Amino acid sequence: MRTKIRSLDEFRALQAKYIAARETEKRKVLVCCGTGCVAGGNLNVYQELKKQMDARGIACEVQLAEEPAGDSIGLKKSGCHGFCEMGPLVRIEPEGWLYTKCKVEDVEEIVEKTIVGGEFIERLGYAKGGTLHKRQEDIPFYKKQTRRVLEHCGHIDAESIEEYLSIGGYTALTKCLFDLSGEEIIKEVTDSGLRGRGGAGFPAGKKWSQVAAHTEEPIKYIVCNGDEGDPGAFMDRSCMEGDPHKVLEGMIIAGVATGSTEGYIYVRAEYPMAVHRLTIAIEQAEALGLLGDDILGSGKNFHMHINCGAGAFVCGEGSAMTASIEGNRGMPRTKPPRSVDKGLFGRPTCLNNVETFANVPDIIKKGATWFRSLGTEGSPGTKAFALTGNVVNTGLIEVPMGATMREVVYDIGGGIKNGKAFKAVQIGGPSGGCLTEEHMDLPMDFDSLKKVGAIIGSGGLVVMDEDTCMVSIAQFFMNFICEESCGKCTPCREGTTRMNDILTRITEGKGKEGDIAELKHLAKMIQTSSLCGLGKTAPNPVLSTLQNFEDEYREHIFEKKCRCGSCKDLANFVITDKCIGCTKCARNCPVGAITGTVRQKHVIDTTKCIKCGACKAGCPVGAIKEG
Amino acid sequence: MEQIDFKVIDGILEKYDCDSSKIIAIMQDVQEKYRYLPQPALSYIAEKVGMSESKLFGVATFYGNFSLDAKGKYVLKVCRGTACHVRKSGTVLQALYEATGMNEKQSSSDDGLFSIEIVSCLGACGLSPVVMVNDTVHAQMTPDKAKELIEELRAEGA
Repeated sequence: MRTKIRSLDEFRALQAKYIAARETEKRKVLVCCGTGCVAGGNLNVYQELKKQMDARGIACEVQLAEEPAGDSIGLKKSGCHGFCEMGPLVRIEPEGWLYTKCKVEDVEEIVEKTIVGGEFIERLGYAKGGTLHKRQEDIPFYKKQTRRVLEHCGHIDAESIEEYLSIGGYTALTKCLFDLSGEEIIKEVTDSGLRGRGGAGFPAGKKWSQVAAHTEEPIKYIVCNGDEGDPGAFMDRSCMEGDPHKVLEGMIIAGVATGSTEGYIYVRAEYPMAVHRLTIAIEQAEALGLLGDDILGSGKNFHMHINCGAGAFVCGEGSAMTASIEGNRGMPRTKPPRSVDKGLFGRPTCLNNVETFANVPDIIKKGATWFRSLGTEGSPGTKAFALTGNVVNTGLIEVPMGATMREVVYDIGGGIKNGKAFKAVQIGGPSGGCLTEEHMDLPMDFDSLKKVGAIIGSGGLVVMDEDTCMVSIAQFFMNFICEESCGKCTPCREGTTRMNDILTRITEGKGKEGDIAELKHLAKMIQTSSLCGLGKTAPNPVLSTLQNFEDEYREHIFEKKCRCGSCKDLANFVITDKCIGCTKCARNCPVGAITGTVRQKHVIDTTKCIKCGACKAGCPVGAIKEG
Repeated sequence: MEQIDFKVIDGILEKYDCDSSKIIAIMQDVQEKYRYLPQPALSYIAEKVGMSESKLFGVATFYGNFSLDAKGKYVLKVCRGTACHVRKSGTVLQALYEATGMNEKQSSSDDGLFSIEIVSCLGACGLSPVVMVNDTVHAQMTPDKAKELIEELRAEGA
């Protein structure tokens, strides 16, 4: 086992060694081992690469060595590259080539042509519209992005502290330990204008100074919120999996700045790989003396703990999270006192999101002015988003705050899948709202979005095409909140249940006059009287869809029609003139609702039809339409 | 009724110093061992950490990941998050119910092989719709792939 670093000089010497070692690794093969690519089989690709390189006697280094043995090839398991749609991904350096959709069968060719021959394999490259983009940075998906938080995510071995050190990692921490006072650190963070990336956008520097102000308290806590529960969001996951040390460094800095010596990372149970990588990172940092007592001989202490969530969305709320860490039911409490005054175990607690902490090391290293060089006046910096849904390029992206939805959906996302028409983007999960065509050029930052009834939230962007029924989306979110409501306060517990009942009725074709008014009434009440942020924002998806798509609600209620055909009870199957009279649908129909003679157009008896969709699924010419 | 080896529970309790604030981690370890929380184990833990059984029961039932019923060998977590929803995860769920012969009220299939759970988001939205089998993520599922998956697991688990 490595010995602990005892001084700044020792740290600098060790870091210099790893920087040098990194430079000797001329050729590097970075196999994406984010959740997406692992699911696609990239671990097998990695094993096969190792096996074949070993078999051919090609020297490859899995770990950065302090004393590298001449020219060797680095073979690394990296974090998420973000382009999940095209995974499994393999990046080749120094050229910066990106191979997409890699399979074990491709390994032989990669070793033979690329690793030995230095040649690009066109077949595995990314081509769009007839143009081959060899380099990762040239692919339109990446070209329009600015990666700060995710800068090294995918470019370094996520399970190696040596690699993190080799790219200048923990330098910001040494600056905080030896050069800056707590007030100076907080001033830098305050000046940078960094706002909480978890949703509400509270200024991080202000929060830190409030915790630091409790000088009378012997024990204070740093808590990192990795309970990324919003459906459709996975930025924090990728950050924890791809660059775990960056999150740790940010937390230790927060500890040094606020005078806290204990840190907790709360990670949701659905993220086993994030837990695994963070655990490794903590062990490595402890072994090197970057965590624990007397960090690098500075006399400062910081201890890190990981808590796994157990499947409760509400634990993403601050006071619920601290309750959960304490071993209680994760229920929010009334505020004040705020967690900066009385949080975890009744002590002042600085609670920030994963991405917020991950922004800190660079702010310290490069300064507040650098940080403000991107983003808007009120929301400086960048923001990571999870781009998903009916968009061509799904994945993890990072853009400056204030980028427009059009840039994100079309330039980076590559537009709508299958040539369908754009309908809306759901942003901010169950607390957020929908943005439509008219909002496409609105800058995405904390304040502009708030004005149109949406929020950045944690950063999930779910793109919806013309086939997505907005009433059913609203019902989907309301159902989610109903199940996740902790039940402590009546407005959220009962109110969301009633709203869900109404929405469910509407999607089942049982909507009635007055439903819309009742939804609005309940929404108002829940917003104003719920205990915590989860409840207060719960009606947002309904209000925002009502605001933008009230005509769809009306169609469901009064015409008993779902134009997208996604509400099964409202669906009407119609046979169009394309019908060739093959009789297949009539044979498939379980209730005998379809009649017609051979080679002539068939007809569906809507009174008999049970809307199972068997006819549509079996039609060889696509003549059956829903609507 | 499953036989509880209290020595195993003791080992877990020791790992967390019988600390009542670590109760969630303790129950997670117990559940990892038995795939659910057997009632005798809960009573035993409550006594050891000095917590009332009712409070422990309250915590255990609050969190969605804890199960008081025995689970199947393969726990299928079907993601019903937004991204999966708009890419039709509902049809995948239906196919899994049909292939396993289960319905939403059952906690495990009759042969004890499968449990189907609906989860909010697995964070693999780029690959939606997804199904997680124990700790392995299966990406871009379709009803047909869901049926194949069940067949494979059935062959493997038999």
